[in-house]
Amino acid sequence: MKDFIIPDRDMGTPASKSDVMVTLNVDGRQVTVPAGTSVMRAAAEAGIAVPKLCATDHLEAFGSCRLCVVQIDGMRGTPASCTTPVAEGMVVHTQTDEVAQIRRGVMELYISDHPLDCLTCAANGDCELQDMAGAVGLREVRYDAPKNHFAQRTATGPNPEYRPKDQSNPYFTFDPAKCIVCSRCVRACEDVQGTFALTIEGRGFDSRVSAGMGSDSFLSSDCVSCGACVQVCPTATLVENKVIEIGTPEHIVKTTCAYCGVGCSFDAHMRGEEVVRMVPSKGGKANHGHSCVKGRFAWGYATHRERILRPMVREKITDPWREVDWDEALDFAATRLRRAQDDHGKNAIGVITSSRCTNEETYLVQKLARAVFGNNNTDTCARVCHSPTGYGLGQAFGTSAGTHDFDSVEDTDLALVIGANPTDGHPVFASRLRKRMRQGAGLIVIDPRRIDLLETPHMGMGMHLPLRPGTNVAVLTSLAHVIVTEGLYDEDFIRSRCDWDEFRTYMDFAADPRHSPDEVEKLSCVPAGLIRQAARAYAAAPRASIYYGLGVTEHSQGSTTVMAIANLAMMTGNIGEPGTGVNPLRGQNNVQGSCDMGSFPHEFPGYRHVGDQATRELYERIWGVPLSDEPGLRIPNMFDAALAGNFRGLYCQGEDIVQSDPDTQHVTSALKAMDIVIVQDLFLNETSNYAHVLLPGSSFLEKDGTFTNAERRINMVRRCMTPKNGHADWEITQMLANRMGAGWTYTHPSEIMEEIALTTPSFAGVSFDLLDRVGSVQWPCNEAAPLGTPVMHLDGFVRGKGRFLHTEYVATEERSGPRFPLLLTTGRILSQYNVGAQTRRTENLAWHAEDVLEIHPSDAENRGVRQGDWVRVASRSGETTLRAHITDRVAPGVVYTTFHHPTNQVNVITTDNSDWATNCPEFKVTAVQVSPSNGPTDWQRDYRSHSDLARRIMQTAAE
Amino acid sequence: MASDKLIRMATQMADFFRNQPGIDPAEAVGGHINQFWSYAMRRDFLALIHADADADPIVRTAAGFVRLPQQAD
Repeated sequence: MKDFIIPDRDMGTPASKSDVMVTLNVDGRQVTVPAGTSVMRAAAEAGIAVPKLCATDHLEAFGSCRLCVVQIDGMRGTPASCTTPVAEGMVVHTQTDEVAQIRRGVMELYISDHPLDCLTCAANGDCELQDMAGAVGLREVRYDAPKNHFAQRTATGPNPEYRPKDQSNPYFTFDPAKCIVCSRCVRACEDVQGTFALTIEGRGFDSRVSAGMGSDSFLSSDCVSCGACVQVCPTATLVENKVIEIGTPEHIVKTTCAYCGVGCSFDAHMRGEEVVRMVPSKGGKANHGHSCVKGRFAWGYATHRERILRPMVREKITDPWREVDWDEALDFAATRLRRAQDDHGKNAIGVITSSRCTNEETYLVQKLARAVFGNNNTDTCARVCHSPTGYGLGQAFGTSAGTHDFDSVEDTDLALVIGANPTDGHPVFASRLRKRMRQGAGLIVIDPRRIDLLETPHMGMGMHLPLRPGTNVAVLTSLAHVIVTEGLYDEDFIRSRCDWDEFRTYMDFAADPRHSPDEVEKLSCVPAGLIRQAARAYAAAPRASIYYGLGVTEHSQGSTTVMAIANLAMMTGNIGEPGTGVNPLRGQNNVQGSCDMGSFPHEFPGYRHVGDQATRELYERIWGVPLSDEPGLRIPNMFDAALAGNFRGLYCQGEDIVQSDPDTQHVTSALKAMDIVIVQDLFLNETSNYAHVLLPGSSFLEKDGTFTNAERRINMVRRCMTPKNGHADWEITQMLANRMGAGWTYTHPSEIMEEIALTTPSFAGVSFDLLDRVGSVQWPCNEAAPLGTPVMHLDGFVRGKGRFLHTEYVATEERSGPRFPLLLTTGRILSQYNVGAQTRRTENLAWHAEDVLEIHPSDAENRGVRQGDWVRVASRSGETTLRAHITDRVAPGVVYTTFHHPTNQVNVITTDNSDWATNCPEFKVTAVQVSPSNGPTDWQRDYRSHSDLARRIMQTAAE
Repeated sequence: MASDKLIRMATQMADFFRNQPGIDPAEAVGGHINQFWSYAMRRDFLALIHADADADPIVRTAAGFVRLPQQAD
């Protein structure tokens, strides 16, 4: 039964990576395995399942249950097969009278302290304890234990050993009565997740699994609800509430998480069209069987009652919504879009593609703009996150993507983490990094805030450079100054991979005293000694990697910072080898893919400029229409053009620009100035408050397609259930396009991928067939690399020689001053995702129900602000209120918040400053003042009332 | 398009390119604008420069490198 549900067989212990092979004999079968493999795993390779309870291939062997004992010729006694490594010529017997008797005895003891309510137990049909009792032939339990952990009462009164269920976590239940203390959960929490929230308290009979301190529940402990403990629990002690509610699943659909850019592979465990649970795939190349609270548990939004399932239209944004059929909604949208073009010119409309939708869907939306609207007005949320990565890495290396795969972290000796908060933003990657840190890798964090990664228990060094927001370029150039002036650069690498003369010029630039740590300390508030130490450590590490996030890109000098990062990696030779590289941590699940698919207004799929004649002619031939060679409008340019009256219509798929883009009042004014705003989304969102047409979208559980994660990995998304709204998103785009005369005839997303492969050299080898066969590939995937490219720039840079650009620090115009003396920077939290449209509609609210403002105790004291007080945060753009959280995680002069909740609307206060090269907004630096407040601002009240008004849906006569 | 914004964006580009060795920063700014700005943005930018808007000398010279082909709107 278990195997039927979980076809990924548990091999008992992790695979060995040795390339030395060893041959042994198990029960008369020859088997050859890598040295270091356990006898248990070798037996499993030979098709023999040795009984086990504490062992699982998710975790290193522990050797506590004694169920897996075997006999080995020439060895005394009965060794545990999980902890015994194989040896050449070994002869193993997995079933003898002696081991059978031992196993039966062990099981008898286990069962003597276990309730026998198997028929009504949540693990019924999925219980390893039950399976093992069967496997070892346990037929009776002779012991009548005087004490047990499972009975609520004894003959004499309440059982002092009994502990009730812990149901504090909204997604799973901990039932101590079912626990066999195998320690799998504790080991998963330590080894896989790296949180150390669980422990075994007591000894012997008193041993119990405990979350946090004695007084803690799972919810109040450090537990981050990643689900690793639930996944490895062999009994019903830790079990998903959905399994308790529904029962065991009956089939599995392999798919990809729709949250962050890590792109974890998941097995959707289904019963009919209902998801029972999402379990991270052991074979997933990004996550290797691990997950975070979002992907593992927070998918209930897909069936949330607030989902919009019927199209809606309205004349004016102050009217209530009117539910209509698809034909009427699409006709309404198409007619208004064409009218806007007739009245205001071909360039008066545009699209925003979704970085949450599939590659195929994104490709169609940009094709809609280019081939049907006849302009290049297409952009995507990458504009507001990693567009500087594209430009900066493109200039330095010749291609815009991250250089390495996530597996590379297993080889790194030092990770330099800049402007990223992986434990919250990219949790599964963070777990992998922390595992490497526990093995001794060093860590340098450059961030205004003391992030959780620094709190991790680990063996290596941990260094924090708490810089002032906006001084990234100064600090990174100063690191280069130290490397250059102290001669720590890798001359061989530079001579062979870059231009030595160009580097000499760069050295003169970096060596200038204005970049010295002492000068930069004055700007950045990072102690000069710390800058020197960090530079020396990065240069000295044999394999040093850089991981960075939006704290790098979302600045007026975002692109320059990316170049400074590329410079550091090149001058120290940290490119092309496993364990090194420049690795952007992408925000949304398919933001890499949306960029690859030509969402940007200046380039076709595969990053080819619209001015490139050969590419344009290729698409003109395939699409059968003339195409514009003029760059279109980027998102902020669309808003500016709308306010000037020249941009009148927008088709926005799966993106809530009102909440996620900066300077909210600017965005809403722009939307109000348009004649037709079409929002395609799962829910009414902040943007739909300004829309005329709402086309209900479909969730990732309802369609086929592909996502591309931060390591360029193309993963399959597979349909688990019928779209509740009736259509997958690509179908809706096609219906709209055809109403505007497109004549598209796609019948399945695989046909769209065929067109992508046909027209995009880096995707030439990609097809659904290939992905079904091999699981996933990393682009470039073509004739030269038929199975994809895990690490880029192995022997040379894509552009030929790596290029050193001079990264002069230019202070942002956004400065603190007497009116706005504090600097606000923004970020994310583990349990919520982006604008929160999905996660706010799940039980994740248990962890983060509102955005709070982190403020240093001294700044709070000066303003009379106490913990939990309402405070008003004002900038030159606007003001909002939220609650204060007093913490020394932020330095004096810096305040921090998240942007997951529309009621707080943090982007009311962010400004229209942007990156010089790409117009990526400067989210990370806003000069603000904070003062005590009684409640919501006028703006918040006005906005709320408009929002309430704009969300009314007229009751149809039939209802 | 808000006029001061275009000049401000071009000035930010000038701040980057003025620090690169061996290139003409004005030509680089012009090239960047050609690559990333829409026709209407380039047209408005040139109109501002021709109307003597206050601008950095590099930005002013960059205008000479901005392409504005005939386009039927």
